[in-house]
Amino acid sequence: MNAPITITIDGVEVPATPGQTILEAADAAGIYIPRLCYRPGLEPYGGCRVCMVHVAGRACAACTQPVSPNMVVENDTGELQEQRKMIIEMLFVEGNHFCMFCEKSGNCELQALAYRFGITAPRFDLFFPKRDVDASHPEILIDHNRCILCAGCVRASRDLDGKSIFHFTGRGPDRRIAVNAEAQLAATDADVTDRALDVCPVGALLRKREGYRTPVGQRPYDQAPIGSNDQPEEA
Amino acid sequence: MASSARTKRVVIEPVTRVEGHGKVTILLDENDEVRQARLHIVEFRGFERFIQGRPFWELPVLVQRLCGICPVSHHLCAAKAVDGIIGVDTLTPTADKMRRLMHYGQIFQSHALHFFHLASPDLLFGFDAEPAKRNIIALAAENRDLARQGILMRRYGQEIIKATAGKKVHGTGAIPGGINKNLTLAERDALLPELDQMKAWAREAIDLARGYTEDHLDLVTDFASFDSNHLGLVTPAGGLELYDGDLRAIDADGAVIFDHVENDRYLEYLGEEVRSWSYMKFPFIRSIGPEEGWYRVGPLARVNLCDRIDTPEAEAARRDFKAMTGGRPNHDSMAYHWARMVETMHAIEMIERLLNDPDLQGTDLVVSGERRDEAVGIIEAPRGTLFHHYRVDENDQVTMANLIVSTTSNNEPMNRAVEAVARKYLNKREITEGLLNHVEVAIRAYDPCLSCATHALGQMPLRVDLLDHEERLISRVEREAG
Repeated sequence: MNAPITITIDGVEVPATPGQTILEAADAAGIYIPRLCYRPGLEPYGGCRVCMVHVAGRACAACTQPVSPNMVVENDTGELQEQRKMIIEMLFVEGNHFCMFCEKSGNCELQALAYRFGITAPRFDLFFPKRDVDASHPEILIDHNRCILCAGCVRASRDLDGKSIFHFTGRGPDRRIAVNAEAQLAATDADVTDRALDVCPVGALLRKREGYRTPVGQRPYDQAPIGSNDQPEEA
Repeated sequence: MASSARTKRVVIEPVTRVEGHGKVTILLDENDEVRQARLHIVEFRGFERFIQGRPFWELPVLVQRLCGICPVSHHLCAAKAVDGIIGVDTLTPTADKMRRLMHYGQIFQSHALHFFHLASPDLLFGFDAEPAKRNIIALAAENRDLARQGILMRRYGQEIIKATAGKKVHGTGAIPGGINKNLTLAERDALLPELDQMKAWAREAIDLARGYTEDHLDLVTDFASFDSNHLGLVTPAGGLELYDGDLRAIDADGAVIFDHVENDRYLEYLGEEVRSWSYMKFPFIRSIGPEEGWYRVGPLARVNLCDRIDTPEAEAARRDFKAMTGGRPNHDSMAYHWARMVETMHAIEMIERLLNDPDLQGTDLVVSGERRDEAVGIIEAPRGTLFHHYRVDENDQVTMANLIVSTTSNNEPMNRAVEAVARKYLNKREITEGLLNHVEVAIRAYDPCLSCATHALGQMPLRVDLLDHEERLISRVEREAG
């Protein structure tokens, strides 16, 4: 059952283990598939759709699709990269993402992906949604302006912290992160040591008063572009 | 039209080579004499409002986006205020000196930009030279060395900013209670070799500004020259202080109006008046009142009001400057250029002192204190005194912001300067190219940052309108920026 199998990603044969997802197999082989809501150690969510690949011509999320013997995966194609770029751009216009003063700048996966995909300005109209900031907790801040609904905090709080503080409320364009209290985060048992605080890929869930401590030039994506640990950037 | 007019209005737009753009209106009376001149700031004002609700530690990085020319001033001014919010009154030596180095780098680059790129064409080619000639491109063609010096001095200042803030524009160095990096030996050693050259050029620039004043004394003392009060920061001993001092104000004769006023008491001494025709407020010294309490800020005010400068070459230059007016404050708008170069020398002397200070390699970068809900930061930006005043609620969110930027303080002086020029050069009911040129030169002496002054969203080209007493347009001259 667990005997090694082989799949093919962009024409390259890659070893895989039954039960792995395409994304896990690709990571193990050093092939980068762009992703945003995926977090090692958390249950795959398949929400952001940035890791979409084609298997036998059919689109599926690499973070949720299990490998199967002799699977043929298309990852780095013009069509898929364009779709991924469009998803990133839509995320940018749908929220209020002001990188120029965001404390997560240089350590933000959304921003890093925008750089990777060469997005200098959005091609879609900005929504400028009216969203609020929940600063009620003495040590933790939620800035809904920047939330991309990746469910990272939902999964980490539930599965790693055992607290289930975060969940979704609303549907469609009204969908947003909520907390398991009548009002705001201060009324929950959220703690500054919660691992849920470590998984936000953007600047939506933050420890207070810690921003900007890493100098420009030393922030994670100043040092190496996103994806470069797995796959060297193309010149 | 003339027979029915009691007052007429003349308008000048765009003031080219000003950071941002402006519109000037000249109002005439029934005898076609200049009654009043107004430099309009008509852009939307937004920052004080839209930073409400943001967490306070964002302020130094957020508010510096007011401006791309002197963001370091806003960055550091907000950082000083935020230090107060977290209860910090004294930084570690490394943090204090890193911030000062950043600030002197900023003063150096901004003053060099203004003097060499924006002002020197006026001085070298004359006010009446055609606009196509009065610019940096023509300067580069005619005086290649001077243009090059300006570019390299600006670059040097920008490199200092990068070494202290992480980026040349819109960095993040200052954080609540300190700084996020020290100066590595490699960064220091990259800056030291050019230091002597920079000092030599700063010396030459003082000679150029001084020489211009001496050679054109009649023009300088007659052009947009008018008495005013002056405001700025000073050290405890009364010396020039650009980063962290107390407020001093002097009157036109140099008598002290108030002195050593702590930053958080500024509202007891200064008020702000709103006028219907400008989005920019008009600050004034309360003890004198809104009519006569206006004051100048910036290089001219600072060099006028300090008792000394604590670096030798700048102090010698200050004494020369003071000798020109026999010790009385200098009230010539064109003297801003000379004063600006005195400060440029001070900045490079301070940079030299700091680069050789081992405290900059210290590792004790941040301190904290007991949280407060309100704080004021005041700094001397290149263009003058800058005030940031914030209130923060128990959730760390900003509830109130009041920003008084340098150009706001210089609002009334610039109006007076335009008025003085209009009275002298307006030829009855028509705006001539000559008048437009002179108005531009007068405004430019103050190095106004108009977009900053209104916390603007957008661009403002300069136009001059001449209106009669019934506010009917009788003449207009517009010039594209550039």
